[in-house]
Amino acid sequence: MSETAVTKGKLAIYWAASCGGCEISLLGIDTKILDVAEAFDVVFCPCIADGKVRDMEKMQDGEIDVCLFNGGIRTSEQEYMARLMRKKSKVLIAFGSCASEGCIPGLGNLHNRDAIFEDSYQETASTDNPDRVRPQAATRVDEGTLHLPVFYDTLKTLDQTVPVDYYLPGCPPESPRIWEAIEAIVAGKLPPAGSVIGEHTTVCDSCPRTRDEKKIKAFKRTWEVIPDEETCLLEQGLVCCGPATRAGCGALCPAVNSPCIGCYGPNEGVEDYGARLMSALASVIDSEDPEEIDQIIEQGIPDPVGTFYRFSLAASYLRRSKQAVADGNGSSAAAADVR
Amino acid sequence: MAEKVGVYVCHCGSNIAGKVDVEDVAKWAGEKVKDVAVSRDYKFMCSSLGQKLVEDDIREQGLTRVVVAACSPHLHEKTFRRACSNAGLNPYLMEMTNIREHCSWVHKDRAAATEKARSLVSASIERVKFQEPLEPMFVDVNRATLVIGGGIAGLQATLELADAGYPVYLVERQPSIGGHMAQFDKTFPTLDCSACILTPKMSEVGQHENVTLLTYAELEEVSGSVGNFKVRIRQKARHVVFDDCTGCGICVEKCPRKVLDTEFEAGMGNRKAIYMPFPQAVPRVPVIDTESCIWFERQKCRACEKLCPTNAIDFDQEDEMIEIEVGNIIMATGWDAFDTRKIPQYGYGRLANVYTSLEFERLCNAAGPTNGKIVLRDGKTEPKSVAIVHCVGSRDERHNPYCSGICCMASLKLGHLVLEKTDAEVYSFYIDMRTNQKNYEEFYQRLLGEGMRFVRGKVAEVTDAARKPSEQGKLIVQCEDTLVGRQQRFPVDMVILMGAIEPQVDAREMGLKCGISCSMEGWYTERHPKLDPVATMTDGIFVAGACQGPKDIPASVAQGAAAAARVAGMITKGKVMIEPIVASIDEEGCSGCRICNNLCPYNAIEYDAEAKVSRVITALCKGCGTCVSACPAGAIRGAHFSDRQIFAEIQGALWDAWQPRGGASEEAEAVPVSAP
Repeated sequence: MSETAVTKGKLAIYWAASCGGCEISLLGIDTKILDVAEAFDVVFCPCIADGKVRDMEKMQDGEIDVCLFNGGIRTSEQEYMARLMRKKSKVLIAFGSCASEGCIPGLGNLHNRDAIFEDSYQETASTDNPDRVRPQAATRVDEGTLHLPVFYDTLKTLDQTVPVDYYLPGCPPESPRIWEAIEAIVAGKLPPAGSVIGEHTTVCDSCPRTRDEKKIKAFKRTWEVIPDEETCLLEQGLVCCGPATRAGCGALCPAVNSPCIGCYGPNEGVEDYGARLMSALASVIDSEDPEEIDQIIEQGIPDPVGTFYRFSLAASYLRRSKQAVADGNGSSAAAADVR
Repeated sequence: MAEKVGVYVCHCGSNIAGKVDVEDVAKWAGEKVKDVAVSRDYKFMCSSLGQKLVEDDIREQGLTRVVVAACSPHLHEKTFRRACSNAGLNPYLMEMTNIREHCSWVHKDRAAATEKARSLVSASIERVKFQEPLEPMFVDVNRATLVIGGGIAGLQATLELADAGYPVYLVERQPSIGGHMAQFDKTFPTLDCSACILTPKMSEVGQHENVTLLTYAELEEVSGSVGNFKVRIRQKARHVVFDDCTGCGICVEKCPRKVLDTEFEAGMGNRKAIYMPFPQAVPRVPVIDTESCIWFERQKCRACEKLCPTNAIDFDQEDEMIEIEVGNIIMATGWDAFDTRKIPQYGYGRLANVYTSLEFERLCNAAGPTNGKIVLRDGKTEPKSVAIVHCVGSRDERHNPYCSGICCMASLKLGHLVLEKTDAEVYSFYIDMRTNQKNYEEFYQRLLGEGMRFVRGKVAEVTDAARKPSEQGKLIVQCEDTLVGRQQRFPVDMVILMGAIEPQVDAREMGLKCGISCSMEGWYTERHPKLDPVATMTDGIFVAGACQGPKDIPASVAQGAAAAARVAGMITKGKVMIEPIVASIDEEGCSGCRICNNLCPYNAIEYDAEAKVSRVITALCKGCGTCVSACPAGAIRGAHFSDRQIFAEIQGALWDAWQPRGGASEEAEAVPVSAP
């Protein structure tokens, strides 16, 4: 056994409430995955290789060097796994938007368990469920009791569940950024604990469009206009989230004439992404007349939460719809929401 | 490292202690709030002994933060910052909690007020821990001053500064300086000829080497801040080339178009379409009133142009923008007269021989339309009786609740002039006689002696509807004589309405341009009503004269001089401290999105197109925070108002509701998922 083999680290990759895109992006580092394999033993990655929870449970605490954890926490199983991986890992990284800020699954926080189940198991066009069957945490059958994870009212981010060491933003994190992070881990050149591993500026920094002072008379939706390819999309009335979104993607969306939707999350030091972006856009609406301003907003931004909190609702100060909690039966989840 | 916070709760005599249990608040902070090393209450924290408490504790106990719970920071923030400084603690590590204006003065319930005081003190304690040491900045003070308004207050301020050797720009919107004082015949109580004492000052200003006089000009825009203002002034087109005009007056003489002069003559006389408001006008350069000039009306005439010996007439002249830089600005924009038509029962505009006080001033002015002869509107009949009605639009809740201050004395003066020039009887209808300045009461006594008759009561109506033969052809003043306790009717020939002194119609707008505020009525708000009457809340902007509140001539002159002294002090010092509470942009975080670029009300943000970042010009920044909240990248930081400080403050205010962040949710512990 060579020297390097002896000092080889242990890497785990786990997914919770997520889509699998993070793993695809991880594999997008291409042949460099071999370098990863050289530096680490991948001890656990259910997405690409067989692995058992009980093997994890048997490991020593802190035995895993780095765990890349993607996905938010929606079920009791995911919460258990978050705690388990936290315990077994020296460094726990919230990998991607879901783990960091809730991402699209976090928009479920506008509703509650019952409403989500109603949609998923009743209302969708392809569903035929005359008996109104719903998933149950425990179901008695002849052979005994079957268990399913409990589905929570509220989706939580990883750090609302367990302490997190680092964050890697993006939906998904871009492969080159993942590679840079891995290099930093291998070289031991990580920023102070609690940091986001990423740039400290916003998407505009990598966007080549020309920018001027902003005065917006009307917000437009993407299907309404074919934007000019040279000038700032925001100046053309499109709600481009670039000014508020952490750089790292290389301004991929604006490069193909489409506004940034904010998947890389807030810039360094920003507490609430949506509030920041709203405040910025409100500042450049070109009107002093309250009625006209209302009209500009109502017509141009029909879905404010989906526009400003598409990726960050679960991590924001809003966190979730209090009304939906009051309507549903998730009282304990609601209690846990009070900071 | 934990901070050591000192908390000082002031009784303010009984001002705070009367409604807030200050001892309890101090005791509570000392015992229950984390990181509080010392907590005291004291009778008067602002006294030198109170300040010494703070200083000694900083030195002896090694305090790293100070909270003073007392009055408004407007009053004593400087005091306690200085105390901290004296003891070697950075002054910006002190926070004031306003438990007087925010607690004791506005609440009745002692227990609730005390509870609120606790909350506010807790908020300050949490906030102050995150405050950072800041260093004040100094900028040079431009030696030039802008005075806005060429009335007596503005003239006085101008001369004081110019005589001291400092350059002054004097901007006046009328064609001549002089203001309302130039319209008056005599001044009370000395009965000096108004013009005789005013015009020397006017010509001195007109000829002063240190004064740049800009008449017929309007303030357009002010940017910058104390020490370094940039001002844009609109020089309205006179249609007379200023430098070519010799002031010979031929153009005025030959102009065929006569119009009613509603400004200087208050509608009592006429002027030409090209005119100087009055013979002693400064500068002696006429203006063409384009609304009445025949050339502008139908492209005919040009008499003035043909006859001007120096070819100074220029019909094509346009408004011009003048940019100047000054260190300080004195607002001396004066007052407007109340529109007496708003009280229809007094008959002004309907009954010919009802006059406003300004009309009457012109009537008895030797240089006025009747050469000083007091006659009725028919131009020949001398009145046999004159009624002077006080408080027209003043001390009246339907119009202006305040007392205009000068009308009692002006009434006495006008009464004296009537008695002096005619054989008429004079009645004064007053609510209260207010003659409380030097030699004013004596003047009142003099008029009592001269036979002016005083009726105490508010006039109900002025009418020409006679009830008996003796009232035929007269104006009847209906009034309850409250000393006699009887309704009475006074038939007179002439009625003078002493209209209220009101703020200029555009006072609020002008104030906004300079960044100063107005009272509800529209008077400019001084920094402190008693102790800082000519400064405003905006550094470098001063107010003088009637624009700050109704004032007579001596008071206006005194304020003009006082404002000039304040400005001279600033210039002599040469440098002005700028609060380090300003915004700054982290250039790494700024992606040059330019959202902040057109938001700054002080034009303190510039965009560097090469580096593709925006920058704050520190000397111009007032720390308002507009850009800080707008920056989508969070790259702009407002010193002294960081997110962390504000969140800590909120958390502190909600100390009784606050609970530390919980880790585990109950559900997860209840439902282990992996079976063994």
